[in-house]
Amino acid sequence: MADLNSFQAWIAACAAGIDERADDLTELDRAIGDADHGSNMRRGFGACAQLAEQEDFTSVDAYLKKVGMTLVSTVGGASGPLYGTFFLRLAGPLASSDDIGPREFGQALRAGVEGIVARGKAEAGDKTMYDALAPALEAFDETSATGAGLGESLQAAAQAAAEGRDATEPMIARKGRASYLGERSAGHQDPGATSATVLIEAAAQTLS
Amino acid sequence: MKKLLNDPADVVVEALAGMAAAHPDQLRVDLDHKLVLRADAPVSGKVALVSGGGSGHEPLHGGFVGRGMLSAACAGEVFTSPVPDQILAATTAVDGGAGVLHVVKNYTGDVMNFEMAAELAGESGIQVEAVVTDDDVAVQDSLYTAGRRGVGVTVLLEKIVGAAAEEGQDLASCAALARRVNEQGRSMGIALTSCTVPAAGKPTFELADDEMEIGIGIHGEPGRSTEKLAPARDIAARLVEPVVSDLSLERGEQVIAFVNGMGGTPLLELYLMYGEVQRLLDDAGIEVARSLVGNYITSLEMAGCSVTLLRADEEMTRLWDAPVDTPGLRWGG
Repeated sequence: MADLNSFQAWIAACAAGIDERADDLTELDRAIGDADHGSNMRRGFGACAQLAEQEDFTSVDAYLKKVGMTLVSTVGGASGPLYGTFFLRLAGPLASSDDIGPREFGQALRAGVEGIVARGKAEAGDKTMYDALAPALEAFDETSATGAGLGESLQAAAQAAAEGRDATEPMIARKGRASYLGERSAGHQDPGATSATVLIEAAAQTLS
Repeated sequence: MKKLLNDPADVVVEALAGMAAAHPDQLRVDLDHKLVLRADAPVSGKVALVSGGGSGHEPLHGGFVGRGMLSAACAGEVFTSPVPDQILAATTAVDGGAGVLHVVKNYTGDVMNFEMAAELAGESGIQVEAVVTDDDVAVQDSLYTAGRRGVGVTVLLEKIVGAAAEEGQDLASCAALARRVNEQGRSMGIALTSCTVPAAGKPTFELADDEMEIGIGIHGEPGRSTEKLAPARDIAARLVEPVVSDLSLERGEQVIAFVNGMGGTPLLELYLMYGEVQRLLDDAGIEVARSLVGNYITSLEMAGCSVTLLRADEEMTRLWDAPVDTPGLRWGG
């Protein structure tokens, strides 16, 4: 069961993971975008990592809403509204519960991923963060349906996200700035799918 | 990377502070929200124009704030769209009761952030309309891309619609005019070199000494192909033909012709290019009603240029000639 402390640890792990990978994310974005994904994400998650010190939160959903708002107001680009919406929607199903298990988290993850789809209108195979998040959600649901705990379900989700991320490499981008490259976007891993994988991997490390 | 910097993280705020210091009578800046505002905003009863986007495209947009053009501009990080808080703060600061027109370039991030801000502004009772520019013919508008990019026509639109707002046209008329300008304008660009985003520290893309990238957007992102460098007259033809063809311009029609530098190309070359562009238009029997040549929507220090043609009707030409007083564009009484 995950509580507020675990979720704060998740965001701290996201910030650390993004910080560590920021140069790689920018490098991936240099290939098919405009070379700012790493610096934007570092700025946003850096601000989120400080929230727990700045404010006393009393519930998981209030905390995640604040994370979402912070991302929207600090990241910019397309990633700000997309990741911001993800965390804002994630908060909904977690309201009024303090001990969060696989069932609650599964509902929240679905709401978050659906939020990203609603905001970005991406479909599977468009070469976006959705190509990592969709298989992660599917793997989470399949694993938790067998009676597995939150940690184990998230391990499966993280592995599926990484596979989804790797599968973006040969794709031709159909959304965002990379879509202007057309066929020339093939052969490069998608930076959004890469950062999304960092988030799910951080969840697997911290939530159980 | 060799740039005039202190810390790459502070580029935008320090540039805005410098801009405010340089234009104390025309502008004020809000460094917390990274906004450039008309010194006299809000102007009561006048429609306000708010634009914005990533920094690195100067003078767009902050340089076009002032009488006869924008009411406020939101400066995002370099090549990164502004965030909803900024856009909302700008919208609130300049609303004079007649509503606010958001001028948004068609880039995914810009569109999403402006949409979120417009929703928030609507909740606080401010009337907001938005126009999304998408004039770049290098990108096919299809289900498989994010649509055409908004590039050079944005500058012409901000001038023309800014003049309409200044003379007292209401929000619906300003929005309709803005859509008409966008529909009647098309652009195409080329790059000769890349630029370096300060936070990234190295060039965004590679081009060999003898290569050019045809159909770029305003970040150097490609649209059509990498090709061998050609003489200016051939490049001009490669830019003008798709624009003329996409607009279905015919003999006898009038245009506003805009040759824009990407930041790293001297005016010597831009005027040379303009000469080639005008010659091509003369040959096609298209009359240049007005022209604009210079660095107006740039990509840091990228070398290259874009050509924008706007099919001009009488109202657009009249509004084009109306006085404008901004750091980046100034003419008339």
